[in-house]
Amino acid sequence: MTTLDTTEPSGMIMTKTADNTGTLAKAATAARAGEHETKISAAGVSVFYGEKQALFDVTIDIPARQVMAFIGPSGCGKSTFLRCINRMNDTIDICSVKGRIEIDGADIYDPKIDPVLLRARVGMVFQKPNPFPKSIYDNIAYGPRIHGVAKAGSAMDEIVETSLQRAGLWNEVKDRLHEPGTGLSGGQQQRLCIARAIAVNPDVILMDEPCSALDPIATAKVEELIDELRTRYTIVIVTHSMQQAARVSQKAAFFHLGNLIEVDETDRMFTNPTDQRTQDYITGRFG
Amino acid sequence: MSVSLLFAIIMALALVGYLLGRANASALKSSGNTLHSIPPYHGYYVALWCGLPAFVLVLIWQAAQSSVIDQLLIASLPAHLTEGVSAARISLVLGEIKNVAAGRLFGTPEPAVLAAAERYASMQSTASLALVVCTLAVAVAGIAFARARLAPDFRARNNVDNILRWLLIICSVLAVLTTLGIILSLVIESLAFFSRVPVLEFLFGMNWSPQTPIRADQVASTGAFGAVPVFWGTIFISAIAMFVALPVGLFSAIYLVEYADKRIRSIVKPLLEILAGIPTIVYGFFAVLTVAPFIREFGLSLGLDVASNSALAAGGVMGIMIIPFISSFSDDAISAVPQSMRDGAYALGATKAETIRQVLLPAALPGIVGGVLLAVSRAIGETMIVVMAAGLTATLTANPLEGVTTVTVQIVTLLIGDTEFDSPKTLAAFGLGLVLFISTLALNIVALQVVKRYRERYE
Ligand SMILES: Nc1ncnc2c1ncn2[C@@H]1O[C@H](COP(=O)(O)OP(=O)(O)OP(=O)(O)O)[C@@H](O)[C@H]1O
Ligand SMILES: [Mg+2]
Repeated sequence: MTTLDTTEPSGMIMTKTADNTGTLAKAATAARAGEHETKISAAGVSVFYGEKQALFDVTIDIPARQVMAFIGPSGCGKSTFLRCINRMNDTIDICSVKGRIEIDGADIYDPKIDPVLLRARVGMVFQKPNPFPKSIYDNIAYGPRIHGVAKAGSAMDEIVETSLQRAGLWNEVKDRLHEPGTGLSGGQQQRLCIARAIAVNPDVILMDEPCSALDPIATAKVEELIDELRTRYTIVIVTHSMQQAARVSQKAAFFHLGNLIEVDETDRMFTNPTDQRTQDYITGRFG
Repeated sequence: MSVSLLFAIIMALALVGYLLGRANASALKSSGNTLHSIPPYHGYYVALWCGLPAFVLVLIWQAAQSSVIDQLLIASLPAHLTEGVSAARISLVLGEIKNVAAGRLFGTPEPAVLAAAERYASMQSTASLALVVCTLAVAVAGIAFARARLAPDFRARNNVDNILRWLLIICSVLAVLTTLGIILSLVIESLAFFSRVPVLEFLFGMNWSPQTPIRADQVASTGAFGAVPVFWGTIFISAIAMFVALPVGLFSAIYLVEYADKRIRSIVKPLLEILAGIPTIVYGFFAVLTVAPFIREFGLSLGLDVASNSALAAGGVMGIMIIPFISSFSDDAISAVPQSMRDGAYALGATKAETIRQVLLPAALPGIVGGVLLAVSRAIGETMIVVMAAGLTATLTANPLEGVTTVTVQIVTLLIGDTEFDSPKTLAAFGLGLVLFISTLALNIVALQVVKRYRERYE
């Protein structure tokens, strides 16, 4: 799993670009915001679905306690890469991952790492809100319960309350904690899912187009929430909305056809992209 | 002329009608008219008008003929054979007449019977001849009527549609009516039973021994119709069956949906479905010849006393029969839980087993429950296995190694053999049948409701 894939010539060319930009961006970040050490570091990550290669040699550093946005046209591999970070791709039989991904300096594809424990540290929020058909309380308590963080009782009540509070949902649901989570509105459900992810106290939260099923008001709430969460968590968000990327993220990565093209400060990428393809995508010329 | 030949002739006439109708329409068309419908529809229209009324006529005629002839025959009999005689006696006389007419002579019948037999034979042949003539007349009239209506702007297409619609309606009404008829006969016979044995005694009595004396001088018990031991037998055996089928069916479904790869699934699933296709009588053999002796031997080796027809053998084999029900319903229910539920659980760091136990099964529960209820109603109504493998004595016991009897077994034994049809013993079968019907109906209704509610859940 840790061998680098160098069979694809076009992949190699792309990699060079990506590598250069990656290093540049990293240097720039380090210069301007010294307190943001690297949280996740990926090197030469390639992903295959059976015979088909979906990601080519992606190398990127993701800083701690910031929001990193993945942008790029549909099918370019954003979700695929995101799912590498918490090893959700392991649940897809035909999917294989090559390369190295480290979180806090530890290789997460090391055979000694248990993906189940890894996923407790790296939470995930999906495109469509997917609360379990259980009560709001049990939705939040599910993670802490399976990880033995807290038994039922006041300790659990506290976790549920703080998680809901951090997700900005507490005031809306505090009187109906034992009603089903599926009975909430779409935006509330998505914040419930965020609260559910927070409840296991992760370091990293991955969000795959978390607002694409929400209306503008619910979207604004979730964006506000993401902005607050970045003080505690490292957040990676996939989005199709340039405005959203600009509003919530500090750094952005642009993917194209399975290659990482450019990584930079979000402001800089949007005003002054280095690669022509990034420019075209941002200005809406394709994708 | 046999009825099947008659049907063949009707079909042939309908074909002729089709060709005629089509030819008519084509002729209209070639003479420069614009047709509303294409010629084949004109053909179908004529064919339907030819075939349907004739077909219906034959059916009605067949249904009515014998009873009409019987009535005529009875009316023509001399008074000493009919006056002041019971209905049973008259039907005996009718039977004798028919036997004589068919050439089966027992001894020398009296002259009145001989004469009646002759009349009967001639009525029979007149009737069949009349049937043929009337049918053909109706068919030809149908052709003529339909052809007369054909015209360029005749809406043959819409008319054919309408006729077909009515045909479909009639078929579904027939199906419903048949069901109603069955229920009605069940209810009527049960009422007759309950007029002799009080409902409460039947439903709550603890003693079941339905043997009643056939002749007044016979020495036999008076008969007791407390059905609790029989109901208990059914419940007990069904419970044993569910005890076997529920874990095996559910777990195999979980394995197939969540663990097995495509190749294994494509082998195991059809194999499980084969279980559902085995005739229940084969399961019966299996229970009697293999399972029951095995349990008996095994029990004896442990020093236990096992009846040769143990509830365990019958229930266990019935459980095997029910496995495919449970597994296919559970399979559907678990597969229907959206992938996003699994993703959500995995992303929180749940293991596969935790995901299945805490997320998938609760979400799939209503569907599984629906399947289980249907399986229970299947188990309650199952007859063949228990007739072969369960006992005949109604014992109230919770020991699975003893023999118990079930509602279906009792119905079969009550109706088998020489019995008067209006004795409480025979009628008791209908009482049992009614209770059985009501309970499986209730189970099915509840099950379908549960399944339906669950389907709406992930819209
Ligand atoms: N489970 C899978 N099996 C096979 N191929 C897959 C699977 N998931 C994704 N792919 C393929 O991998 C490539 C990248 O998919 P991915 O979902 O990562 O794209 P994306 O950038 O997230 O797109 P979108 O913006 O539409 O969500 C696509 O070509 C897709 O067809
Ligand atoms: Mg995606």
